[in-house]
Formats: sequence, structure tokens, C-alpha cells
Amino acid sequence: MTDTGPGLDFDRVTVDGVSRHFGRRRAVSRVSFVASKGSIVGLLGPNGAGKSTLLAMLATLLQPSAGTIRYGAMQAADAPPQLRSRIGVLGHDLFLYPELTARENLAFFAALYGQRDADRAARSALDHAGLADRGDDLVAGFSRGMRQRVALERALIHEPRLLLLDEPFTGLDEASASALLARLRSLRESGAVIVVATHDLDVAEGLLDEAIFLREGRMVQSLPRPEGLRSTYRSVMAGTRQS
Amino acid sequence: MPRWFSPAAIACGVLFAASPFVIANAPFESDLGLVQKIFYYHMPSAWMFLIASMVCGVASVRFLATGNYRHDRTALAAGELIVLFGLLTLVTGPLWARRSWGTFWVWDARTTASLVSWMIACAYLILRRYGGPGSEKLAAGLALFGMANVPFIYISVNYWRTIHPPTSVVPTLPFSLGFPLWYCVIAFLLLFVLLLKLRVRVEEQQARVDALYLALDERS
Amino acid sequence: MMRVAWLILRKDLTVEVRSREIAYTTLFFAVSCVLVFAFALVREGRAPEDGAAGILWIAVMFAGNLALGRTFERERQSETLRALLLGPAPRPAVYVGKLLGILALLFGAELVLVPLVALLFQARLLAHPFWLAGILATGTIGFAAVGTLFAAMLIRARSRDVLLPVLLYPVTVPVIIAGVRGTAALLQPELDGGIVRFWLALLVCFDVVFVTLALWTFEPVMTD
Repeated sequence: MTDTGPGLDFDRVTVDGVSRHFGRRRAVSRVSFVASKGSIVGLLGPNGAGKSTLLAMLATLLQPSAGTIRYGAMQAADAPPQLRSRIGVLGHDLFLYPELTARENLAFFAALYGQRDADRAARSALDHAGLADRGDDLVAGFSRGMRQRVALERALIHEPRLLLLDEPFTGLDEASASALLARLRSLRESGAVIVVATHDLDVAEGLLDEAIFLREGRMVQSLPRPEGLRSTYRSVMAGTRQS
Repeated sequence: MPRWFSPAAIACGVLFAASPFVIANAPFESDLGLVQKIFYYHMPSAWMFLIASMVCGVASVRFLATGNYRHDRTALAAGELIVLFGLLTLVTGPLWARRSWGTFWVWDARTTASLVSWMIACAYLILRRYGGPGSEKLAAGLALFGMANVPFIYISVNYWRTIHPPTSVVPTLPFSLGFPLWYCVIAFLLLFVLLLKLRVRVEEQQARVDALYLALDERS
Repeated sequence: MMRVAWLILRKDLTVEVRSREIAYTTLFFAVSCVLVFAFALVREGRAPEDGAAGILWIAVMFAGNLALGRTFERERQSETLRALLLGPAPRPAVYVGKLLGILALLFGAELVLVPLVALLFQARLLAHPFWLAGILATGTIGFAAVGTLFAAMLIRARSRDVLLPVLLYPVTVPVIIAGVRGTAALLQPELDGGIVRFWLALLVCFDVVFVTLALWTFEPVMTD
């Protein structure tokens, strides 16, 4: 178990009018939404819509140029470094050391996040990922799906309250994708706040509690419990559907 | 542009135009003759080089501490002026040295420290130009390290030289600080301030244009 | 914080022991450097005066530059530096961990380079081993302290391979001067302790100042 300080047990993440620009280019423009405990929020949009930038800001890697992000009642700017121990990130690049084994990767990150028994955490993470028998193989030799599984466990190994996933369904086959969906649903049950950025609408079908549609950094629409994602997406992006 | 800019620019122009006459009328230094005149440009350049370094260093620290881009613009402008006045110093210096010491370059503490500081300033500009987006903070870090380095360079080169007998005797200031020198210092100081202000203003305009683009983007 | 630094160091050493890529390439490069200098400078079997000291330090600095570049390139490829920065550890801990890894690598290289240079240039480098160790250690720490910060800073910059030496060498000029002069003083037939102590003291001051500066600037420089 990790120690949590006061105020680090937040029950929601509030994004309030957040913008971010790089020089002349605006990557994210005045996006606002609330992600609550036990819910999955989807960031949907084409490439370049600003999804990754928004996730980076939620992960405290980037600071917004305008607007605020609040974790519970605490502003991101005032947050201590321990806040990051409550956030887990599954990035597009997976954040795994290819020269280490799966077990070593998991144990390293467990120890980095302050888990007291890193080896035990690594072992249970491997079981969750269903890779207990491949634990001592180098990650470099894994397929994309297997790496994804290890990377997800790596993101969860410190039992974060906020889980951020950037394009997690890329390159996954049917079985791996449904396993990931099941995992996300069970995490939702246990009270995590999950924000997923994806352009894979078929897989995200029925998963999301709220869908935020982004285009060129702007929030075009936000829909609770969207059905028929693909047609909804098309109509939202074409601007035919108003709130 | 602030109101003092145009009159100051005119004044600066006049000072520089008149400077050859002021220098020509200065008393001859008997042992060095005409060549010593270069010093009237060399010394003020060296002082501006130093002032620019301090401005850049302080602005970089403030930028790193506060993240306010105003300091970054000042640091950039000052960085360019370090290179400019440094080049002037490093060119006029050897010209004078050749005549009075018989050699273009001497590896003593002051000259070497100036050269290395100048190279760090060049590296600063190269980093800002070729480092890609986000290199402002990196450059500020470099400027900070460069500034902290100066005493170390000075001490190490000084000690390095004293244990090796120098090839020629390096004299101290060969003449008294007279009116022509102060005249040139004022002219150079005015030039420095004008150039700094001008350059910062260019960057400010650039930032404003970027902000306008963003606002336009927002509107559509 | 040291716990995290130690973790990162152990991880880097594990990765390195597995592939040994950086160790071998850096070592080989350093040895080739020394050989090139040997061919360039040795005339009629005699090296120039004090040449050995200079060559040793140049080889260390060139090799160090290479090692720094490769180490951070590796982190860049899997974006794992980002993963480290995402962790709850204070950011300077990441810096210290990487610094210790680089130091381990460079000290290892120096263990090979010193006897090699002593041999090829008939220099009595090992006459005063403790003084030499002191000068080498403090000088390497100074170089690596600045180098680790710059290499980490440049990880997302363009032209990062060429920018590292451009930034690093001017700033580490005092290290070169102090290191070479200190080592050269050790090669003299009569050891002048005063000179060596001066250079050592200068290097220690440099290390203290620049490690402190690096720890202070690592956080603002690495966050956007």
C-alpha cells in the first residue's frame, strides 16, 4: 500500500477552461469537464486534436497556459510531488525498458512509486497480466499486446486513483482488446477515475460514461453515456448535432 | 517605442560621429603613439561585453525562477549583445596588442576568460536557434552555468599562467582614464541600451503577433 | 531521495550489464582516441612534454561526451525518462541517479585509460596514485555533473547530438585546465604538493558549486 497524504485521496478531477499553446500553435483550447470517481471519460477526436496534450497536463507533465486543473479541491499548481503517486499513466510509448525483464520492469516502477514490497507487487502484477510464466523474459521479445499488458500493470502497480490512457487499443487484437476493456470496467468498479484518449470508436463502444469530442484543440461536444459512437462521432464532428 | 528612443538614438549617432575627433585630440601616450587610440573603443566594448553578460545572467535566473517570458526576451537580447560587443573586444584587442606587445594573442587570465565567456554566449545563441521548441529554458540554464563559471575560468587560467613564465610582459592599464575614454564609454553605453531596447521590442512584437494568431484561432 | 537515485543507478547498471553496449563502445572509443593522439604527437618514440596528462583528459572528455549522448538516447527511445519524471520522486533524484551511472562508467574507463596512457607515453602516472585518484575523481565529477544536466536538458531538442559538445566544452574549461595541470604536476620528477593541492581545491569548489546549481535547475529546466 502507498501512503497518501491529506487531500491526495481526491474523488474527482476538474478541468476548468484549460488551454495550452506552443508558440503560435494552440494545442488545447478552453476545455472543461469533470471526471468523477468510478467513471470512465473518453477523449475522442482525430489526430492532432489535443488529446495527448490534455493527458500530459492531467499527468502534471505539462502546465496549462490558461485555466486550472483540480484534483479534488487541490489545484495542480499547489500539489506536492506525492500527487504523482496517485496518478498512473499508460502512454503511447508504453514506458518500458526493453533491456529488462517484465518482472524487473514492474519491480523497478513499484519501488520507484514507493511500494514497500516491490517484488510481491511485481508478482501479483504479472498474475493480473496473465504473464506469470513469461516474467523472466526480456520485454524486447514481447509482442505488442503482451507489452501493452505489462505496461498497463506498470501503470496500475501503485494503485493510482487517476488512470490516464493514451491510445491504449492501438495494435491490439480482439482478445487483448476485450481483456483490456474488462480490466477497465473492473477498475471503474473499484472507484478509479479513468480518462481514455482514443480514436478507436468501435472498441470504446459502451465503455464510456462520458465522451468529450475534441477537434483542433477545441471541445466540440460533451455527451454523457453516448450510444452508437461511430455515428455520433461523425455527426458531432460534422457539426450537425447540437447540445 | 518609448519617447526617449529617438532623441537618444540621435544623440548616440552624434557621439559616435564626433568620436574620431575627440580621440584624435586626446594627448598622445609617448611610448605607444597612435595605436593606443584603439583602446578608446576597446575598453568601452569590453565593459559593454561585461554588462551584457550580467544582464543576460540575471535575466536568465529570473526567467528560470518565475517563468515570465519577459525575462527570457531580455536574456535573448542581452545574449546577442554579448556576442556583438565580445566580438568587437576580441578584434580590437589583438589589433592593439600586436602593436604594443608584439603578439596578437596572449593566454593570460583576462583574455582567455573573455574568449571562453564569448564562446559560451555563442553556444547560447546556437542553442536558441537550433534547439527547437522549448529551448528557452535550456538556454537559460546554460546562461546560468556560464555566469557561475566566470570566476572559475579566471582563477584557473590565472594560476595556469603564473606557473608558466609568460612570453611577454603584460602591462597594466597604460594610460590614465581621461575625458576621451569616458566620452566613448557614454557613447557605447547609449548604444548598448538602444540596441537592447530595440531587440527586446522586436521580440515583444513577435510575442504579440503570436498572441494575435492564437486569439484569431480561438475566434474561428 | 537517495533511495530513488540508488534505484535508478541499479536499474541503469542492470541494463548496462545486460547489453554492455555503452561500456564497450565508450571504452573502445577512448582507446582509439589515445592511439590517434599517439600517432599525431609522438615523434621518434618520445611524447611531448606533459603530453600524457593532456591526452588522458581529452580522451576522458571525448569518451564522456559519447557516453552521455548514448545513455540519454536510450532513455529517449522508450520515453522512459518521462516515466521517471511521472513518478512521485523529487526530480533532482532522477538527476543524481543518472549522474552516478555516468560516473561509474567514466571511472571504469579511466581504470583502463590511465595504465594505457602511462604505457604508451612513458609517463609515470602511477607514481602518486592517491593524488591522481583525487584529481581524476573530482575532475570527472565536475565534467559529469554539468554533462548529465545538459544531456538531460537536450533530450527533446533538435540537433541534440551536436549541441551537447557545443554546450559542454566551453562550460567545463576550468575542469580541463585544473585536471590537466594537476595531472601534469604529478608527472614532474619532484612533486610540488602545493600546486596539486591548489588544483584539487579548485576542482572540489567547482564540483560543489555546479552540482548544487544542477540540482537547483533540473526541475525548472525539465518541466514545460
